[in-house]
Amino acid sequence: MIDTLRLTAEEALGLLERGEVSAADLHGAYTAAAEERNDELHAYLRLVDYDGGAGVPIALKDVISTKGVETTAGSKILAGYTPVFDSTVAARVRAAGLPVIGKTNTDEFAMGSSTENSAYGPSRNPWDPTRVPGGSGGGTSAAVSGGLAPWGLGSDTGGSIKQPSALCGNVGLRPTYGTVSRYGIVAFASSLDQIGPVGKTVRDVALLYSIIAGRDPHDSTTVKMPEHVHLPASETLDGLRIGIPRQMWDLTAIEPGVRASFEAAIETARSLGAEIGECDLPLSFDYGMPCYYLIAPAEASSNLARYDGVRYGPRVDAPTYREMVERTRDAGFGDEPKRRIMLGTYALSAGYYDAYYGQAQRVRTLLIHEHREALEQFDVLATPTSPTVAFPIGDKASDPLAMYACDVMTIPSCLAGLPGLNIPSGLSEGLPVGLQLIGRQFGENTLFRAGHALEQAIGFDGVPERLR
Amino acid sequence: MAIDRETVLHVARLARLDLRADEVDRLTDELGAILDAVSKVAELDLADVPPTSHPLDLVNVWDDDEPIPSLSLDEVFANAPEREGDLFRVPPTHGHEETA
Repeated sequence: MIDTLRLTAEEALGLLERGEVSAADLHGAYTAAAEERNDELHAYLRLVDYDGGAGVPIALKDVISTKGVETTAGSKILAGYTPVFDSTVAARVRAAGLPVIGKTNTDEFAMGSSTENSAYGPSRNPWDPTRVPGGSGGGTSAAVSGGLAPWGLGSDTGGSIKQPSALCGNVGLRPTYGTVSRYGIVAFASSLDQIGPVGKTVRDVALLYSIIAGRDPHDSTTVKMPEHVHLPASETLDGLRIGIPRQMWDLTAIEPGVRASFEAAIETARSLGAEIGECDLPLSFDYGMPCYYLIAPAEASSNLARYDGVRYGPRVDAPTYREMVERTRDAGFGDEPKRRIMLGTYALSAGYYDAYYGQAQRVRTLLIHEHREALEQFDVLATPTSPTVAFPIGDKASDPLAMYACDVMTIPSCLAGLPGLNIPSGLSEGLPVGLQLIGRQFGENTLFRAGHALEQAIGFDGVPERLR
Repeated sequence: MAIDRETVLHVARLARLDLRADEVDRLTDELGAILDAVSKVAELDLADVPPTSHPLDLVNVWDDDEPIPSLSLDEVFANAPEREGDLFRVPPTHGHEETA
C-alpha cells in the first residue's frame, strides 16, 4: 500500500530502485488518490494515462505545453488546445522518465493568488476545502499536499509557486531568472516568468530542479548553470548570515499568527548556528507592488495579443476579421486577464508610456540594487512568504487590489530576478504558514542548504490534519 | 487618478476587446482604483536611473546556425479554427468594417 499523503519523491525513488513497487504502480496509486479526492480539491483539470516512464510520477501546471495533452492555462480561450510539441521542461521530465499524472489547475494565464480566476473553477486547500490553496499554482500545491502527486512543476511570475506552497504547507522554489527554459510555456510576463519545482521536502525540490534547470537553445534567456545542484544534507547553519528586512516589521497586513511562526523559525535558525541581522529594502516594500502591477500587465498585454482566433483556440464568428478578433477575445478571456490587458495597454499607450511603464522599469533597477546590497551583507534574506494563512474562497474575489496585496513580500525578489524558496514554518489557526528565503542570483544551493536544515529542525508535518 | 469611460473604450479598441457595456462600467471603476495604487511610482525622481527590461546582464546569445526539423503543415494547422489548403482562413479584412 503506497501512502501517497506521506511518501516523498525521494522515498518513492528508493522504492523503485529496490524493486518494491513499479513505476506503473506508483502512477496508479496517485491516479487512484486523484480519482478519490479530486472532486473535492479540483487540483487537476485533467488526468493523463501512464506513459511507460520508469520514474516517480509528476503533476504539471496547465501552463506547461504537453504534446498531445490539452493545455489551457486555465482559460476558455485555449479550451481544446492540444499542443503539437512538448515544452522543454515537459520534454526534460519525460526524458528523466517521470510519468505525468495530470495537468493542474491555475488562475487564468497564471494571473491570481487563489485559483479563483481559473475559468474552470477554483481549487481547494487540502487543509480546509472552504479555503483557497493560493495561486496561481494552487492546483499543483493542492495536489502535492493532498496526496495526489509526490511533486510537481509550477510557474512563478510574482509569487505563483511560493505563495500557494505557503498556503498549502509544502516546499516551492522560484529559481533564478534564466535557469529554467520557458520554451513551450504559456507566457504571462516574460521578464518575470520562471518555471520551478514544488514538493514535500527541500531535497525533493532540489532533485526536481536539477532535472529541469540548464541552458536551452530554444530559450535564449536561459544561461549555462554556474554550478551543479547539490542535494542538501547538512543539519546546521553554521556561518550562514540571514538578513531580515527592517521594513517587514511595519507591515500591518502580516497576521499575528504568521508573525509568531516567522519569529519562531528565525529563533530556530539562530539555534542552528545562523547569524541573524537586519537589512534595508525600503523601496521594495513601498514600490514593489506598484512596479510589478505596471510591468507585468504591460508585458501580459503584449503576450496575450496572440490569442486572436486565427491559429488556435475557439473562434467567435463575425462578418469581418476585426470583429471576429474582438469578439473572440471578449468571449475567451475572463475578468482578470481583461483587467491586466487593459491596464497594460493603457500603461504602454502613447502619452503614458514614460510615466508608467518607463518609470516602473527605473524603479525595478533600484530594487535590483537594494537587493544586491542586502545580499552583500547576508547569504539569504528571510520574510514570511504570505502575510496571511489561506483565506476563505470568495473573500477577495471581488476586490482586485486586495488580491494583489497577497504578493507584497514575494514580488520584489521576482522583479530582481532572484531565487526564492518557500518552506513551511508551522501552523496558525490550524493552517500552514510559509517562510520565504531569498538567495543571490544562482544561489539555489545556499537556499537548499538553509531550507533543508530548517525543515529538519522545524519538523513540520505536511499532511493536512483532517486527512491524517 | 480617474479614468473615464471614453478612455476605457479607446484602450479596449487598442487591445482588440469588444467589451460589453457592463464590462466597460466595471473596468472604468476598477482601472481607476488600480491606477491610483500604481501611480505611486511617480513619487520617485528617477531621471538619472537607467530602466531595466530584463534581470540578467545578457547582451547577445549566439548559437551555431544549424537547421533543425520544423513542424509539419498538418501539425501547424492541427488547432486552427478554419483551414483552407495551406492557409488559415479568416473573415474578410475589408468591406463594411469601420476604421479605428
